[in-house]
Amino acid sequence: MGRLSVNLCGITLDNPVIPASGTFGYGYEYAELYDINCLGTFSFKGTTKDSRFGNPTPRIAECPGGMINAVGLQNPGVEKVIAEELPKLKKCFHKPVMANVSGFSVEDYAYTCEKLDKEEQVGWLEVNVSCPNVHGGGMSFGTQPEAAAEVTRAVKAVTTKPVIIKLSPNVTDIVSIAKACEEAGADGISLINTMLGMRIDLRSRKPVIANRMGGFSGPAIFPVAVRMVYQVAQAVKIPVVGVGGVSSAEDVIEMILAGATAVEVGAANLVNPTICRDIIARLPEVMDKYGINTLEEIIGGVK
Amino acid sequence: MKQSIFTIVSNEALTPTTYKMVLAGDASAVTAAGQFINIKLDGFFLRRPISVCDYDEGSITIIYKVLGRGTEYMTGLAAGATLDVLTGLGNGYDLSYAGDAPVLLGGGVGVPPMYNLARKLRALGKRVQVVLGFNNADEVFYVDEFKALGCEVTVATVDGGYGIKGFVTTPLEGMEYSYFYTCGPEPMLKAVYKATKTAGQMSFEERMGCGFGACMGCSCKTLTGYKRICKDGPVMHKEEIAWED
Repeated sequence: MGRLSVNLCGITLDNPVIPASGTFGYGYEYAELYDINCLGTFSFKGTTKDSRFGNPTPRIAECPGGMINAVGLQNPGVEKVIAEELPKLKKCFHKPVMANVSGFSVEDYAYTCEKLDKEEQVGWLEVNVSCPNVHGGGMSFGTQPEAAAEVTRAVKAVTTKPVIIKLSPNVTDIVSIAKACEEAGADGISLINTMLGMRIDLRSRKPVIANRMGGFSGPAIFPVAVRMVYQVAQAVKIPVVGVGGVSSAEDVIEMILAGATAVEVGAANLVNPTICRDIIARLPEVMDKYGINTLEEIIGGVK
Repeated sequence: MKQSIFTIVSNEALTPTTYKMVLAGDASAVTAAGQFINIKLDGFFLRRPISVCDYDEGSITIIYKVLGRGTEYMTGLAAGATLDVLTGLGNGYDLSYAGDAPVLLGGGVGVPPMYNLARKLRALGKRVQVVLGFNNADEVFYVDEFKALGCEVTVATVDGGYGIKGFVTTPLEGMEYSYFYTCGPEPMLKAVYKATKTAGQMSFEERMGCGFGACMGCSCKTLTGYKRICKDGPVMHKEEIAWED
């Protein structure tokens, strides 16, 4: 185990840095710029049972300290992901990868997870019960403890690999939802997904985004993510993956101190495509500065 | 795609709302007319995607219109300042379809990518007809530059204050051409689509997240499947376009 390595649900990561789903495609756009095998792993584009085009455009709005997206889970569907995308991914990335899954019914989740669980390169299943973009979709599962638990149980029943449930911050009591997932058999929790946001164009007096609302991400949401990671890590025994506005080696360490075992980097990849490589390269220097020997020893260091 | 630092050589107004910026740096990732670059600006979260007007190995020229706070900020950048730029984005125009006498139709801020395209087509010995469309005389730019390349240039303005009165499609009637290339706002592209008698290529615009194909922020439906305007476009062939209304 190196200084940077962490154990996420039984699998050792060389470092805790994980590009977040939806910001990294299937890896190969980034592989044009750097060798993505330096990453701990990455969470590939959210996959659903059937192919989806997603929402109409515009899907993107800029904000101070971040952006809103309403892509709407565009993906070719699980069969094509397995047949076409994973073989391409395998050529540029040689470590276990995190498969991100969304669904519109408990059966959808189970179907897609069961398929991806059989793929050799898939190390973890990250189950998104929180995407705020889809009308009548993922939102409802992530906002009620019992619904989130039901998805967890259904996925656990048909899979063998670690299941990480990705939670929405757009709830009144994040801890009760995390605990419900843990009790239902989740192997880990990742949080936070994007926060529901909206922008309005003053010239047209219309929402900037065609879907009206979307998911707000970027550095502006980092303090909210740290707070929620801290609250959940205090309450559960399973590993927590910290997500939300992370854009520096310092942010990674702050997330780990709050209780995260690993850390996902999202919107920052879209602006600085080499940011994950740069963060990994800088981590030892920042650890030295703060007197940190290994990352494992500081997980949840803040009580 | 390449990420590198460019130095601003010049940044000057061509019209009251349109600026020309010349950047010096490694332009080796730019391989085709119609590609774009994505510029990081201090204080703004997302990069600004801007089409390439012209380029050589060591420099890139862009022409941008002041439309929002980002482009407003760009007008204040001085020669000598540096910018973090992603280059070589998008597919660009395919010259192999041009035939002997292509027509190039540029509207407003869709004019710039036509310049490098015209230069390349002229270097191939083509007769190049160019139609430039603007709202009014104040907005007109680059007419002499296209003429200097040896292009046959027609300017159309909506109010008739410069050149002929009308749209870029107005001079098409009666014009002989082998193929068309176009870039401009979507209503113009729709008009060009209807008015042209030959096959052609059209460059599209959309709000982008990353600009290099990762975020799916700028997807569109085409007759040949879903495409990302930033990565599979911005140039599409006329015959694959599926208008949404």
